[in-house]
Amino acid sequence: MNRKAVLRALGIVLVCEAGFMLPSLFVAFHYREGESAAFLTTLFLLLSVGLPLTRIRVRIRELYARDGFAIVAFGWLSMAFFGALPFVFSGTIPGLVDALFESMSGFTTTGASILPVVEGLPRSILFWRSFTHWIGGMGVLMLTLAILPLFGAGSLHILRAESPGPSTGKLVPKIGQTAKILYGLYVGLTLAEIIALKIAGMSWFDALIHAFGTAGTGGFSNRNASVGAYGSLAINLIIGVFMFLFGMNFTLHYQITRRNWRFVLKDEELRFYVAMVAGATLFIAADLWVNSLFSPGPALEHAFFQVSSITTTTGFATADFHGWPVFSKVTLLVLMIVGPCAGSTGGGMKSIRVLMALKIIRRELVKMKHPQSVHTVRIGGRNVDDETLGGVTAFILFYLVLMVLAIFLVAMDSHDLETAFSSVVACLSNIGPGLSVVGPMGNYSGFHPLSKVVLSLCMVIGRLEIFPILLLAMPSFWRRVSI
Amino acid sequence: MKILIVGDGKVGYTLAENLSREDNDVTIIDKNPEALRKAKENLDVMCIRGSGVSVSVLLEAGVREADLLIAATSSDEMNMVVTLTGKKLGARRTIARIRDPEYANELSLLKLELGLDLVINPEQSAANEMARILHYPAAVNVESFAKGRVELVEIRMTGDEPIVGIKLRKISSRLLSPILIGAVERDGDVVIPDGECDIRENDILHVVGRTANTVDFCKAMGKCELRIRNVMIVGGGRIAYYLVRMLTNLGLRVKIIEIDRNRCLELAELLPGVLVIQGDGTDADLLQSENLGDMDAFVAMTGRDEDNLILSLMARKAGVRKIIAKVTRMNLAGLVESLELDSIVSPRLITANHILQYVRGIRNATGERIEALHRIVDGKAEILEFLLQERRWYLDTPLKKLGARKGFLVAAIIRNTEVIIPHGDDVLKLHDRVIVFAKTRALNSLDEVFRPGAAP
Repeated sequence: MNRKAVLRALGIVLVCEAGFMLPSLFVAFHYREGESAAFLTTLFLLLSVGLPLTRIRVRIRELYARDGFAIVAFGWLSMAFFGALPFVFSGTIPGLVDALFESMSGFTTTGASILPVVEGLPRSILFWRSFTHWIGGMGVLMLTLAILPLFGAGSLHILRAESPGPSTGKLVPKIGQTAKILYGLYVGLTLAEIIALKIAGMSWFDALIHAFGTAGTGGFSNRNASVGAYGSLAINLIIGVFMFLFGMNFTLHYQITRRNWRFVLKDEELRFYVAMVAGATLFIAADLWVNSLFSPGPALEHAFFQVSSITTTTGFATADFHGWPVFSKVTLLVLMIVGPCAGSTGGGMKSIRVLMALKIIRRELVKMKHPQSVHTVRIGGRNVDDETLGGVTAFILFYLVLMVLAIFLVAMDSHDLETAFSSVVACLSNIGPGLSVVGPMGNYSGFHPLSKVVLSLCMVIGRLEIFPILLLAMPSFWRRVSI
Repeated sequence: MKILIVGDGKVGYTLAENLSREDNDVTIIDKNPEALRKAKENLDVMCIRGSGVSVSVLLEAGVREADLLIAATSSDEMNMVVTLTGKKLGARRTIARIRDPEYANELSLLKLELGLDLVINPEQSAANEMARILHYPAAVNVESFAKGRVELVEIRMTGDEPIVGIKLRKISSRLLSPILIGAVERDGDVVIPDGECDIRENDILHVVGRTANTVDFCKAMGKCELRIRNVMIVGGGRIAYYLVRMLTNLGLRVKIIEIDRNRCLELAELLPGVLVIQGDGTDADLLQSENLGDMDAFVAMTGRDEDNLILSLMARKAGVRKIIAKVTRMNLAGLVESLELDSIVSPRLITANHILQYVRGIRNATGERIEALHRIVDGKAEILEFLLQERRWYLDTPLKKLGARKGFLVAAIIRNTEVIIPHGDDVLKLHDRVIVFAKTRALNSLDEVFRPGAAP
């Protein structure tokens, strides 16, 4: 491993994080809150650790896959650690495990909280909590790639390790340029949402918080009842639609800005995603209506918002869906696992993987009937090579194995099956709210510290798509000569 | 610049590597996913899988906005179709690799009809290079600038030259003819020397001067008694064909050893008056029986780099004085250095240099044009020839006032027919050609050579 390069990249990440604290610090000063001290202390710590690391002279500038994984894994872990410090120093969340959980939940855009009441908390802390969503959504390393030409061609490994999806491609030949375009789209969409929310009647501060939560597909709100607290159709629709947009592959947004409609309309994953959201919305709306919970109009509104929120793994809520009929709840659980498109800011398995898995199943069935047949899996008219397919199957398998392991651990202090199962799924897929105790109106404060640690790990494993974190656990990953 | 490369073979990859490093947006198109994977993992380029002749693939790769389309697939015909389609779709400039001798004769027609801006023939370029080396046996390598008026020769110091162990500023007084030592290659690294630098054994000197003067210099170094009459070539590929044609024109006697019987017949037909021997060139007995030891020069250019290196070592052992080996994979260059072979020719590198020169020429179409570009020691240093076409701030100011930055050296100024080895009081004038040694990569303009603000 190129340790010096990894350490240097870590230093850059920490310095960047120090930069990210500035808006929160500004909020603290603006509202004259005492939390500015907590931010200043963290800022100082970040710089005193980060700056010396950035001074490391890297002799070998080549980065390989292993270094990329290491940079991403360590970067995210250390970011979550330092991100938890403002909570601890300000006394908002005194326990370190709790603070880590909250910070991890923020950066991984999960949105699971151990805070029973958020209204009345210092605004700067609420702002920081939501801002971590925004940073974590597109990824910090992606940002460093956009602004610093760090390691030449080897940085593709970083991009790949950080961004979700089975095959990460570039939009334009240069990595730095690609990262800039992605961040440009991200910032543009976020600004659009902030303005839309402001027009719909939110205060600037609330608009910022909810736009950050939507953009990163995180789900932290500054209201106890989440988006439901506003009770406004316009706000529900705006957030619902923007969640859906942030759940799309950003490549498609890029193609839309280039007016390359054919590319967008032909995209098979997008079709799958749209069909999934539309189908689930209709089914749930019908279920709600049949069970006379809502009249048709509101049923559609709430069903769309909830499906959009859960599919994109955001986790905002307009209603307590734990109280919904079982069929609706099961549908939402399935959506939790599937997740949005690859290359979006959301978590979960990603639609494209599920789509590929379905096609693999069909291929296997055809092979049963005609053992000699040659059958290729195609997505959007293009062949998917066997290696990618193998990667997809392995990913899904890993996902399920980790899910089962985590459920075992969390089950030790859970009250019911729904809690144990849904809390793990909600954390691994970066959603936030699950069902029962951890439902949209509940929270994670009741868990034992061990469960909180397990769930925190689930979040980062889910966000980085398993492998970077899992590799850290392999002894051979640490050896100088890796065989 | 947006550059599209069709064909991710050896040449395509080397080009992509160099072009992307010089801050161009490079997209590679190839059908073979294995080849693309290597480019994808190691280079900052975009890879698209598909056929370069397909319009939709070219469009996807953004041919409409491309400043340059390079077709470097293994097939000449394919390259022609690719560049033709590309040009019609809107590529600003096109370069094709066309290497079949059959086409080589109708190049001007092809260029016109296909709208090609540049045709590269790696084999022919390699043969040119070899011919030049054989013509000038004292040097490791020879490169000509300013239409042949100035030459750059590489000479290896074996230890018994009169200048070994002497500081550079004392050398010029010992030599009669004005030349300039522009770069010293030592232990795989390049030094742009100053007056205090001393010459050591095993250094390779890069000497610039008027052609006659470099010859004098070689003579002074005791290296010019050698004249080549007989050449043995192992491997009868395309390069051999081009090379032999050039050598026979120069009046040299050539013997080719080729293993494939049919190819031997072809060669014998194409090259009357040349001795073609069918046999395994790596067989020591055969070489001995064809009296390897009596040859003046030996060229190893079979298809395998390893064979070429071993053959060169064998020839050296047998006492051949001038040896050239063709090495395709340049990652072997480091190893070759330690073998202390004289001359290595890499068609791939020559091609890449050629295109890089062209690309940089397009990039700074104003001010000074890059007329020639030659890279030494695996690209660690470059020698460039600029043609000053416009008035710039550094003209007409004595060089000592301009103060070249560290790592740069103005090695020669060519004014009309006069060749000036510059001193501090010399000035650059409009329409001069300037030869510059640069230790960095990607020098684009003379502005980078001089300290801005140094001008009055």
